[in-house]
Amino acid sequence: MKKILLILICFFSLSAQAQDKGSMLIKNGTVLTVTKGTLPETDVLIKDGKIAQIAKNIPAPQGVKVIDAKGLFVMPGIIDPHSHIALDAINEMTSPVTAEVAESDVVNPLQINIYHALAGGVTTIHALHGSANAIGGQCVTLKLRYGTFSLDAMRMEGAPRTIKFALGENPTRVHGGGSNIVPRTRMGVEFVIRKSFSDAKKYMEDWDAYNKNKSVKGFRGAPPAYNLRLETLAEILKGNILIHCHSYRADEIMMLLNVCKDFGIKKITFQHANEGFKVAPELAAYGAMASVFSDWWAYKFEVYYSSAYNAAILTKNGVVTSVNSDDPEMMRHLYLEAGKTQKYGALTDDEALALITINPAKQMGIDARTGSLEVGKDGDVAIFKNHPLSIYGVPQFTIVDGIVRFDKASDPADMRLWADPKQNLDEATFYEKGTDHCMDGTEFLFTSDKK
Amino acid sequence: MKTNQLIYGLITAALCALVFHLDAQNPKGKFGTFALTNATVETVTKGTITNGTVIISQGKISAVGSGIPVPAGAEVIDCKGLLVYPGMIDGGTNLGLSEIGSDPRTQDFNEIGEMIPQMNALTAVNPNAVAIPITRVSGVTTVLAAPQGDLFAGTAALIHLQGYTPEQMYAGFQGVVLNFPNTGRRGFFDRRTDEEIKKGAENAQKRMSEIWDRAVQYSKIDSATKGKAGYYPEMQALLPVVRGERPLLIEANAAKDIQAALKWVKEKKIKNVVLTGVTEGWRVAEDIAKAKIPVIVGGVLNLPSRDYDRYDQAYANAGQLFKAGVKVAISSGETNNQNYRNLPYHAGFAVAYGMDKAEALKAITIVPAEIFGVADKTGSIEPGKDANLFVCDGDPFEPKTQIKQVFINGWQIPLVSRQTQLYDEFLKREPGVSKK
Repeated sequence: MKKILLILICFFSLSAQAQDKGSMLIKNGTVLTVTKGTLPETDVLIKDGKIAQIAKNIPAPQGVKVIDAKGLFVMPGIIDPHSHIALDAINEMTSPVTAEVAESDVVNPLQINIYHALAGGVTTIHALHGSANAIGGQCVTLKLRYGTFSLDAMRMEGAPRTIKFALGENPTRVHGGGSNIVPRTRMGVEFVIRKSFSDAKKYMEDWDAYNKNKSVKGFRGAPPAYNLRLETLAEILKGNILIHCHSYRADEIMMLLNVCKDFGIKKITFQHANEGFKVAPELAAYGAMASVFSDWWAYKFEVYYSSAYNAAILTKNGVVTSVNSDDPEMMRHLYLEAGKTQKYGALTDDEALALITINPAKQMGIDARTGSLEVGKDGDVAIFKNHPLSIYGVPQFTIVDGIVRFDKASDPADMRLWADPKQNLDEATFYEKGTDHCMDGTEFLFTSDKK
Repeated sequence: MKTNQLIYGLITAALCALVFHLDAQNPKGKFGTFALTNATVETVTKGTITNGTVIISQGKISAVGSGIPVPAGAEVIDCKGLLVYPGMIDGGTNLGLSEIGSDPRTQDFNEIGEMIPQMNALTAVNPNAVAIPITRVSGVTTVLAAPQGDLFAGTAALIHLQGYTPEQMYAGFQGVVLNFPNTGRRGFFDRRTDEEIKKGAENAQKRMSEIWDRAVQYSKIDSATKGKAGYYPEMQALLPVVRGERPLLIEANAAKDIQAALKWVKEKKIKNVVLTGVTEGWRVAEDIAKAKIPVIVGGVLNLPSRDYDRYDQAYANAGQLFKAGVKVAISSGETNNQNYRNLPYHAGFAVAYGMDKAEALKAITIVPAEIFGVADKTGSIEPGKDANLFVCDGDPFEPKTQIKQVFINGWQIPLVSRQTQLYDEFLKREPGVSKK
């Protein structure tokens, strides 16, 4: 009996896994590949979650779902490189350095915001730790497989590890201002990061020395104390964890570039980087990347000297640039945010679309898997009525791994996976635009009822 | 002698260069007679004129139509392939009252007190706010600068985004802001219990009614004493509202708050009311229509206000209100970012999710002008109106459309802001990475 049960469990878990990857044929759409041009009246075939063929007149394999995309625009699923949705905790602000904590432990697959993002054509997000700490926690790359109750099923398997850093007002406000410890200034932020990397280097050397000597006959030393924080920092130094650094001002961006140079770190993306345009030549020369707002500014002093032309200046100076939301509302219309770069700097359609597809994929290290419509890549697709860079562009279908996760025509309004039985149904929550979600969870530090 | 001349020449040249340089940094507006020719004119109130001409003279639109003669001495601006629209009006901003979102020292929109209608936004408008040029170069020519805060938060003022003093900017409308007691949550960080929220709203409603009743009383005494009722500044500020000469701008967002506001307005027989915010207006659209109260929808690009609502409900709100027969204006609601330049995208999203395109255009031009009682002066392209308009190369709702000309009060506005200046300076930065 036990055996049968086990077989049954195996069978169901297998079939559940199999359901995570689908097949379908998208017929006759205008295919915006982003990397290989725009193909009129073309079909996209997805087989078992991967793009199998992009061509005209592909015959429909038997039993495969067909979407008629005639008159519609088919683009790669949108990637948001800076989000805080689908997480139950954002800021572990107990220390200026918290490299040991990871957002992958607190993924919440039930948040309605995930569905809202899908309805905006988003298929993949980079769910970030907040910006309270100079070195924050590790981030997690998620596929919006809304419908699953499994934390693991949300993670994009095989995506590189990433970590959040933060410069400027947020870490200095939280630690210097809130707790009276370093850093209170941008000087302190640099010191905290340099000290952390130096400690990690020493930790690595100690382990290397121990590992080298432990098999030597007569060696009597003890291993260095295991330290998860330093382990994580060491992985950054080895190039195995990508840095995504919350930053605004040009000088602090230069500071971290110099730190990276000194410690041999090559892979870094500056998040927000509102003044990235001022050091675009330096970013391009280093190969550092930038992930920016289309037009947010003025919400605090360090973004006062911003320009909506940021993305265009960075792009035209050769910096791999993406546009992010950092906001559950804006992430629903990243295509509009990308479109604004045509007003502010006259980017081409492909340049503008790259800001929300292939470029964020590069920054998250997943560009071999997603970010453009190419054979062999994941079947992550957004299908629009009207061009996605037009204000009248409206997502009709959003497909993740070949499975339709959003279908405008069959949206039954209430798409919650979980409802709070104690919820007051008559209550509304009004979203405040332009708040700094990187600081979610730290509000209590700055309110009068400070706990 | 010759050397002297040379030196003088050089000094003059240097001075000219300096002046010219400064000029290039901060170019001035230009006043005069202009003829916008060969344009497609979207008048908003009188249809579309193809191959039309708009004459701007002495601050006014003096003529509109096709085949109109260009007056002698007019500066001709060939608008072939371009479109002319009335300047957009954002009916809910704190422009000029806030410089930096997180710095209270730069903010003048939130005075202390729950009954302070006498606090006058116009007096605190900074004509040199950096956000003003950033907003107007995108075709938004006119905004309501509104105070925020507790119940009767102050008096808002309509301003044109041109001028060096608040008086020069004043666009002829003021209204008292009332934040109707709110039973909704202010966001994820609002951790009050349901009971606390309910209690808070009930108490606030009681105080609001008391204040209003006192204002009505004061109005009677004022009439009886022929204006000698004494110095009660908050009561005096409410006088024109009690008498229906100045509207009460009631901010209400949750469905039941809107209903409570409608009920309160009816009970108190308040004659001149505008509802603002109205995030959940669609839920009670029939009630609003029946009350014949116009609304200013506070932003289209929003999340649904309840987790079980359809994902696009906020986008559809304005269109649904209009369909129910409500007079609808759209504002951007983008105060924290000072991003009022996004107003056309809010209107555009309303169209993408069901609102008629012509009505969405009206909702950011003539309708707010009507609501603010200035439709005789602005909000459409008609002879005799103030020259508040812009010229663009396509549908102004489309993000790729470029603004080519902006006129406010007949002034040709330089299309320069700090953000364009940074673009000009940094697109090709000199020096680049080398130190030279």
